[in-house]
Amino acid sequence: MAAKEHVPDHEELALMQRTPAVIAPGHTFESVTDSISSIVLTKRTTIGWFFGFALAFMFLMVLNMTIGKLLLEGIGIWGNNIPVGWAFDIINFVWWIGIGHAGTLISAILLLFRQQWRTSINRFAEAMTLFAVACAAMFPLLHTGRPWLAIYWLFPYPNTMGLWPQFRSPLIWDVFAVSTYGTVSALFWFTGLVPDMATLRDRAQSKAARVIFGMLSLGWRGSARHWQRYEMAYLLLAGISTPLVLSVHSVVSFDFAVSVLPGWHATIFPPYFVAGAIYSGFAMVMTLAIPLRKFYGLEDFITMRHIHNMTKVMLATGMIVAYGYANEAFFAWYSSNAYEAYMMLNRMTGPYAVFYWTLIAINAVMIQLFWFRKIRENIPLLFVLSLLVNVGMWLERFIIIVTSLHRDFLPSSWDMYYPTRWDFAMFTGTIGLFFSLFFLFVRFLPAIAIFEMRTIVPEAKLKQHHG
Amino acid sequence: MSEIKDIDALRAQLDGTRGKEYWRSLEALSGTPEFKEFLHREFPQNASEWLDPVGRRGFLKLMSASLALAGVSACTRQPTEELVPYVRQPEELVPGKPLFYATAMPFAGAGMGLLVESHEGRPTKIEGNPDHPSSRGATDLFAQASILGLYDPDRSTTITNLGDIEPFSAFVVAMRSVLAAQLSKKGAGLRILTETIASPTMAAQIDDLLTRLPAAKVVQWEPFFGHNAREGSRLAFNEYVAPQYAVEKADVILSLDADFMCVGAAGLRNARAFASRRRAENTGTRNRLYAVESTPTNSGSRADHRLPLKASQIEGVARALAAKLNVPGVAAVSVSGEAASKFLESLAVDLQGARGKSLVIAGDSQPASVHAVVHAINAALGNVGQTVSYTQTPEARPGNQIASLRELVGEMNAGTVDFVLILGGNPVYTAPADLKFGDALAKVRLRAHVGQYEDETAEKCQWHVPEAHYLEMWSDVRADDGTVTIVQPLIAPLYGGKSPHEILAAFAETGGGERPGYDIVREYWAKQTGLSTAAPAAPPVVVAAPVPAPAAPKAPPAGAAAGVGAGAPAAAPAVPAPIAAAPKPALSPFDLAWRKWLHDGLVPGTAFATRQVTLQGAMPPAATPVGDGLEVVFRPDPAVHDGRFSNNAWLQELPKSLTKLTWDNAALIAPGTAKRLLLISGDVVELKQGGQTVRIPVWLAPGQAADTLTLHLGYGRTRSGRTGTGIGFAVNALRTTGAPDTLAGVQLTKTGDNYELACTQDHGSLEGRNLIRVATQAQYTADPSFAAKMQEEIPKTLTMLPPRSYEGYAWGMAIDQNVCTGCNACVVACQAENNVPVVGKSQVANGREMHWLRVDRYYTGDDPDNPDTYHQPMPCQQCESAPCEVVCPVSATTHSDEGLNDMVYNRCVGTRYCSNNCPFKVRRFNFLLYGDFTTESYKLQRNPDVTVRSRGVMEKCTYCVQRINQARVASKLDDREIRDGEVVTACQSACPTEAIVFGNLNDPNSRVSKLRANTLNYRLLEELNVRPRTSYMAVVRNPNTTLEPAKPTNGEERG
Repeated sequence: MAAKEHVPDHEELALMQRTPAVIAPGHTFESVTDSISSIVLTKRTTIGWFFGFALAFMFLMVLNMTIGKLLLEGIGIWGNNIPVGWAFDIINFVWWIGIGHAGTLISAILLLFRQQWRTSINRFAEAMTLFAVACAAMFPLLHTGRPWLAIYWLFPYPNTMGLWPQFRSPLIWDVFAVSTYGTVSALFWFTGLVPDMATLRDRAQSKAARVIFGMLSLGWRGSARHWQRYEMAYLLLAGISTPLVLSVHSVVSFDFAVSVLPGWHATIFPPYFVAGAIYSGFAMVMTLAIPLRKFYGLEDFITMRHIHNMTKVMLATGMIVAYGYANEAFFAWYSSNAYEAYMMLNRMTGPYAVFYWTLIAINAVMIQLFWFRKIRENIPLLFVLSLLVNVGMWLERFIIIVTSLHRDFLPSSWDMYYPTRWDFAMFTGTIGLFFSLFFLFVRFLPAIAIFEMRTIVPEAKLKQHHG
Repeated sequence: MSEIKDIDALRAQLDGTRGKEYWRSLEALSGTPEFKEFLHREFPQNASEWLDPVGRRGFLKLMSASLALAGVSACTRQPTEELVPYVRQPEELVPGKPLFYATAMPFAGAGMGLLVESHEGRPTKIEGNPDHPSSRGATDLFAQASILGLYDPDRSTTITNLGDIEPFSAFVVAMRSVLAAQLSKKGAGLRILTETIASPTMAAQIDDLLTRLPAAKVVQWEPFFGHNAREGSRLAFNEYVAPQYAVEKADVILSLDADFMCVGAAGLRNARAFASRRRAENTGTRNRLYAVESTPTNSGSRADHRLPLKASQIEGVARALAAKLNVPGVAAVSVSGEAASKFLESLAVDLQGARGKSLVIAGDSQPASVHAVVHAINAALGNVGQTVSYTQTPEARPGNQIASLRELVGEMNAGTVDFVLILGGNPVYTAPADLKFGDALAKVRLRAHVGQYEDETAEKCQWHVPEAHYLEMWSDVRADDGTVTIVQPLIAPLYGGKSPHEILAAFAETGGGERPGYDIVREYWAKQTGLSTAAPAAPPVVVAAPVPAPAAPKAPPAGAAAGVGAGAPAAAPAVPAPIAAAPKPALSPFDLAWRKWLHDGLVPGTAFATRQVTLQGAMPPAATPVGDGLEVVFRPDPAVHDGRFSNNAWLQELPKSLTKLTWDNAALIAPGTAKRLLLISGDVVELKQGGQTVRIPVWLAPGQAADTLTLHLGYGRTRSGRTGTGIGFAVNALRTTGAPDTLAGVQLTKTGDNYELACTQDHGSLEGRNLIRVATQAQYTADPSFAAKMQEEIPKTLTMLPPRSYEGYAWGMAIDQNVCTGCNACVVACQAENNVPVVGKSQVANGREMHWLRVDRYYTGDDPDNPDTYHQPMPCQQCESAPCEVVCPVSATTHSDEGLNDMVYNRCVGTRYCSNNCPFKVRRFNFLLYGDFTTESYKLQRNPDVTVRSRGVMEKCTYCVQRINQARVASKLDDREIRDGEVVTACQSACPTEAIVFGNLNDPNSRVSKLRANTLNYRLLEELNVRPRTSYMAVVRNPNTTLEPAKPTNGEERG
């Protein structure tokens, strides 16, 4: 178990005995750099990659077609109606934004908390964040009736008419929250990539790769001054990102909490949404990490330790989410408000009850499996469970949005919502976009932070001890 | 050829030169005229230019300019159009300011007095005529929707003979030859089939024709209204008379299957009269309404006691009641069922106690014998002369329409009819199935159809002449009380339609066959009144303008100028005009009267005098045997009537008042019966009787009598238009002359198919919510502010903001649920006023209907087969702290300083958050491009004061802000405040019962403020602190305590 090159201190030893290592034994600076950079630079692109990318790209084209039809005909191609003014559009928005949260949490908060195990998953988790935000940001724009106007009227820009957005509207807060989030995530991700770009530049075989990576590495030479500034910038960005983990989904939850609708108007929404976001985000990281480590032989870097830790985070946040469900039900009764009570009853026994109970089964019951070590170590099962968690979290948004809207105050306006094929096309289309970007990412950029991995090989510790 | 010749000539010229005369080039030769000629032949116009380096550029310029100009002018020469401004602006015509003209809508044998709003010559909106006795300023839904019918692009546009387009003169020639042939036979082969004639002029024309052709026959056929009432009056009094009800005088009213407040010519008047005793602010005694009905009606929904009973059993109730009231000549009949006999017992006592102040009304679909018994009951109760009086019928030629139609079909089949003129109506579709009218018609040698559409009847006729819409023609019509209104056109016929008068003129002795309807109507009335049509020889210097502006209790929207027909000048303050006023022609005595009639919308003194009638001694025997098994009752569709409005998209999309179905008809069935037959809404069943079958989906209708299916006619049209063709289910196959109203012994088979019906309100229960607050009279007397007590306690700390204050106007609306019958006139009026688009069945099924105003219908009570029904009109509540406003990211919905939630369409990006956050869900979203921007004719209908909304934009009720602004302009011109009642919203103005009151809440004396102060006033969802500007009046029922023992105020709605 223990590394041969150095004598581990007792702290490390203790850690290693309890849990698997964050990097498999036997790795050196060279082997780490080789195995990660080779994916980009030397290894042949596999048939599997082409197949996967083609599939994802096909769905991306479905997205393009859907957006084309949407712009030509209007959002009436979806199933939204009155009273259900929001449906798949906002469900998908919240779902994607939520997924993004794990990336930021891993890169920023775990960095500040000096959780070394984040190192091997933070890069692709950040990429996941970025791509998820890209998917998410599409919906608030495209769900509007007139996106060609919404795209700039929602931003506060000085104009001769003196017209400003309405700052009391949570949708405006959303615009700020999501655009800030997108910008900071992109910066954070790119900053983290710079030293690795330099590595790739140095090891690139082809001229084109050298030029491209050379430009992207922004003249990185690895000097001590560079490292010093890099560390400071990265830490600052981590500091900026950290509140975003909490704020973005809190703001998203305000879209609902600020309204008067039973089922939306709840003070628990911000923490409940943030926990849900992290929960679903880690599920997505797991969904991506399990095949990634398998197909690219990265088991040495994404080890069982990571898997364990991620399931634990999911267990914790999943329990918060389950508490949120219990809380909603409790207050529906405790408030003795007829509308709240009916809302809860309708969720449990109404026409969409099957979705509510599926959601409870996944997010409150199934999650308890993560208490068991055996389950935490069963990789194929974890893959399935992580997919189910994503389904559960999507259903949670469906329940919150659709069941609250479809039966509110006046029974006369109650109606049902049924999605159309274009609702599904739009949703699967964004999944296609997400995976297209992700496939390109793992092929053309180091999916694991090489230089950060180098800091956790035993060699680095040795130097530390001796230097 | 000529070129070759020229080349030959050139050669000849060259040949002719002497010796070595060289030519270097063509240039050298070009000096000769022949060569120039040659060049000009080859390049006819600009040949020489090619050779000139400067000229070529000029040529290219010319060329391009002429090409461009060729493109401009295309192939057709543009007509010379001269824009000529008014030299003298007509006094009453101000662009942008609508004019109102009085006219009337003839419908099913009577007229409804209307004021029609006209924008620069385009009629755009129908209002009731406040001076007219039958409408009193209100309208029904058909009148409201008729404006769309005027602009229907599917109306027939050409006169055709066997498909070939013909001029009207050809039709007249054809008619004259028919006439000539018939003269010798005294018209024995001539038949004219019309709808019920309510036009005195038309009646006179027909009388004239029949005098000359005594053997000719005029047959009237109206699929609904009046058959039984007419025959009932003949049974009772041995003459055709029309009962005129004074509903306002009645303390106790019994309706026997009658929708007397919503259907028929007197519906509007009855509804207004009934409401006068039920209003929230009513201080006198409330009346009490008992309803015994086979199918739920709007009138029945306002009943204090309602007994659902099979249609065939209602006669038994009428007779049993008559026996209890000691009506002579009626044998006692026992009524089966404990509930029914208890009902009857209490009813009889109640009616006895209100002698002379009670009223019994029989419905159109009840057999004639029931009408006769009811006449006798009213007489026995001493109501005649009090709450009911008798006059002659508004229809000019009353008769047994079913018998005469049957006779006509017999003659057609026998081949004795040479020519039939179908003047309006669509008998091939509407005639009872057993007559096989279409087949019989085909046996007539020459057939002509005059109608607005090329419909099923037009298809079977050689000649088809487009009929003018009533807004396009001169005519006259009697209202149910006899009052005559001159129907004046608002616009020249859009599609060259002809009025029935112009058609009948072809058969007239004088006038040569073609006469304008204007002349015909005027001639009749000149003759009738005996007034001279000759202008005075020496006109006085100033002719007194005979047209005062209509001083009316309910004025048309403020700012509207009162106009009159035929360009008569309106009284106007004398302002020195820059251009001399047009010389006013001297008016004849007739013209003076005529102009006043046109202006007022009625001919004074034409209302019928009360007629003394004597009951025939013996009562007729019971007409309908009480059968077992399923029974079918036939009714006109609440939206498209007998099918005549089936191409009217507003009416198709109108949620039918009690079922909330759109775009279809369905067989209504009681929930209990459906449960027994294992049916749910949408199940397609096959109804079979007498070898005829009808396939139709069922719809569960609470309040429907057990074992009774209601079938609405008007659907399943095969030739209606792009809106109405092929939708719904034709049920005519089951309707026969023997059983035009009630069909017994129907067999029902479940087909197993399911049909999707588009319903706008899936949920009729209140779910225990305090949205409709109801108390009985006793509870109300004990606790007048019961409605406030049903309000959930509002936390005092609900808001930390101070209440907003409103200077100036604070608009508000109060809706009296006591009198709302759910007749839907307001919904269509709103649609017409506010350019509300139609979305089609699939969009309605998906919950995307666009009506700004909906009428919610709730059922309460324990028995789904006999619930209490309430109607709650739901416009935008215009909340003072509106949840929609704060959530809009672009401030597209904002609060005005008068308290309105304004919608800024231009700013809206369509996030729909406002709708999600609206607790009343009154906002409507243009999910697709619903507005019709392409149909030219519909563009004329649009209200120019209201934006036509485009795709992706949210919209909602504005409290008719355009009408508020018109009133504001008018008041500012006069330097005064807007008066109470000056702003009348479209829904308010259409409402027959004046259930909707609008006004300024800051004015303590306004009607709406007074209603607000009423103890019955409450606002919906007050616990949300949205503070709606729209409030509702709690319902006070007036049940008979022997039937419904008094309960203490329960503080909870009865849900």
